[in-house]
Amino acid sequence: MLELTQVSKSYLEPNGKRLPILNIPRYHVGDGEQVVLMGRSGSGKTTLLHIIAGISQPDRGNVNVAGINIAALPEAQRDRFRADHIGYVFQTFNLLPGFSALENVMLGMAFAGGSVDRPRAESLLERVGLSGRLTHKPSQLSVGEQQRVSVARALANRPRLLLADEPTANVDPSNQQQIIDLIRQTCEEERVALVLVTHTPEVASQFARVDRLEEINQT
Amino acid sequence: MSLFKIAWRSIQQRALSSWLTALSMALGVALVVTVLVIMNTVEETFTRNAQGFDLIVGAKGGALQLVLNTVYHLSTPVENVPYDFYLQFKRGTPEQVTNAAGAMGGAAGATATPRQPRGRFASAVDLAIPFCLGDSYEGFRVVGTEPSLFEIDYAPGRYYEFAEGRNFQTENFFEAVIGARVARETGLKLGDKFNSTHGIGPEGHVHKDTSFEVVGILEPTGTPNDRALFVNIEGFYLLEGHAFDPEIRETGNLTQPGLQSELSAYLPQGGEVAPLPIDKREVTAILIRTDASNPIAAISLAKYINKNPTAQAVAPTRVIFQLFESIVGNLRALLLLLTCLIVIVAGIGIMVSIYNSMSDRRRDIAVMRALGARRSTVMTVILLESIGLSLGGGVAGFLLGHAAIGLLSGLMVEYTGVYLGFFSFVRWEALLLPGLVVLSTLAGYLPAMSAYQTDVSRSLQANP
Repeated sequence: MLELTQVSKSYLEPNGKRLPILNIPRYHVGDGEQVVLMGRSGSGKTTLLHIIAGISQPDRGNVNVAGINIAALPEAQRDRFRADHIGYVFQTFNLLPGFSALENVMLGMAFAGGSVDRPRAESLLERVGLSGRLTHKPSQLSVGEQQRVSVARALANRPRLLLADEPTANVDPSNQQQIIDLIRQTCEEERVALVLVTHTPEVASQFARVDRLEEINQT
Repeated sequence: MSLFKIAWRSIQQRALSSWLTALSMALGVALVVTVLVIMNTVEETFTRNAQGFDLIVGAKGGALQLVLNTVYHLSTPVENVPYDFYLQFKRGTPEQVTNAAGAMGGAAGATATPRQPRGRFASAVDLAIPFCLGDSYEGFRVVGTEPSLFEIDYAPGRYYEFAEGRNFQTENFFEAVIGARVARETGLKLGDKFNSTHGIGPEGHVHKDTSFEVVGILEPTGTPNDRALFVNIEGFYLLEGHAFDPEIRETGNLTQPGLQSELSAYLPQGGEVAPLPIDKREVTAILIRTDASNPIAAISLAKYINKNPTAQAVAPTRVIFQLFESIVGNLRALLLLLTCLIVIVAGIGIMVSIYNSMSDRRRDIAVMRALGARRSTVMTVILLESIGLSLGGGVAGFLLGHAAIGLLSGLMVEYTGVYLGFFSFVRWEALLLPGLVVLSTLAGYLPAMSAYQTDVSRSLQANP
């Protein structure tokens, strides 16, 4: 499902020098596989997820998702590929405040190739336990509920790969496990590969495969 | 979910700011609509003032002064032309023309052939109405004319109507019809009698011996005729000093004893009223409608008359148009420019409002991009937002402007006689909405480009 080859990324510093962030010779995640990615703060985890999602471009290397090297695609095609095949759960949920829970889920569908599938959006919200909150705005939802909407939105377009960037970091402890269970369960049901970034050992311990960025990144 | 809905949600999210920017646009558009409709009405009123007359014939001199005298009842009076020249535009004998037995006096009547066109211009003319000017009443001009003036349309499809009374009659020499504004401002009522003043200023000689009875009050017409008094031309001729006499022409003195006694022979004494002989008559102007079946009759006739040393012929619409363009046209252009500037400022307001919101919305835009929206998609959303605010405000302004026009209709009727209402439209208004789309697209371009250039990765990693 995901195959990184010779991927490197650096940032230009104010003094004109380049600061290397990532140098990954090879990284692989199989179809439907669920992987935890751990690493210290500032190690480049979010940068790596952005490169995998096609939000950022690597300096060099191939980023194959579902057999397509998205690093080689023009930006517009990369955007479309992301909408169609990659789901993203943010640490801070990033729901659009002016839209209801249902509209936030349908928003992702609007940018994909197919038509907006309202029944699927309702079904996803029902699966994450928010059938009674369809018309609620994010400000009317609890933190845990907001992250559940975020999970439903990430799965709206039936992605092949779900990227979750510390999805429980801003959720209170009582809801953390529910969120993790929700993500894992829905990914299993939908046969979606999962790359989940976390700092929490308790979360990591639940996964069969735990990768440390320091081990795969050779900068 | 359509891009329109995404843009609408964004507008809703910033409700107060959106309302205020749309309101500023609404006020700007309302001003444009009001100015457009009212200025168009003013222009229409100017055109209407020609009252359908193709030509005005009068003494040689300034064309504008002739038009101002006859159409607007303004400016200093012009010289007269001989009555015989007026007869050149009429069919039938002088008796038939004047409808006044005994008015001939001279030899002309004896040689005329009944039912034959007498005037050499008559075949090119459908209607010729004489105007005798030079008197006033309480500042309003008194016009000696024929009843037929009020039997024709003064604008396409619009005919004179009497609020009270009736038209004056040819055989009743001392009857008068007054305009709506004259009635309102002088207090003259049906059955009242008035004495006109010789001249247009208050210092003139009052014709104390002869008065006219008001037999009709016109409905407002929106023409300068609202502020004039129309008297039977036969009665007008019989006022002191109105008979053509070289001595009066020389001295302007109406109080010469010999002259008074000569003119008094025609004045009403003992119930007998004799019309003024034709050889003692003049007219100030002749209002002409040329042969409707001949499209070049007006041009040909004007050319012919203007070669003649006796008189000039002017096309009032052309003179009025030149007057309008030179005075009101500039005012209209200035007002339109100012109101358009207001709309442009409102457009800039929309740009500033959306642009200022961009820093708050950078993350939302980044999220949309992360969900798969293209750069062009987020740019389109911002442009739709700008267009939505502009069109929303524009439509509200359109309705507001027409509501204002509806509210002002009473005042407009009172002062101009022109009926305006909510549904009074001008063709230029059709350009408003496309113009607003262009303006709002330009206004939305800067914030849209800002959205287009949003660095998604950096915006997502920034603290919310």
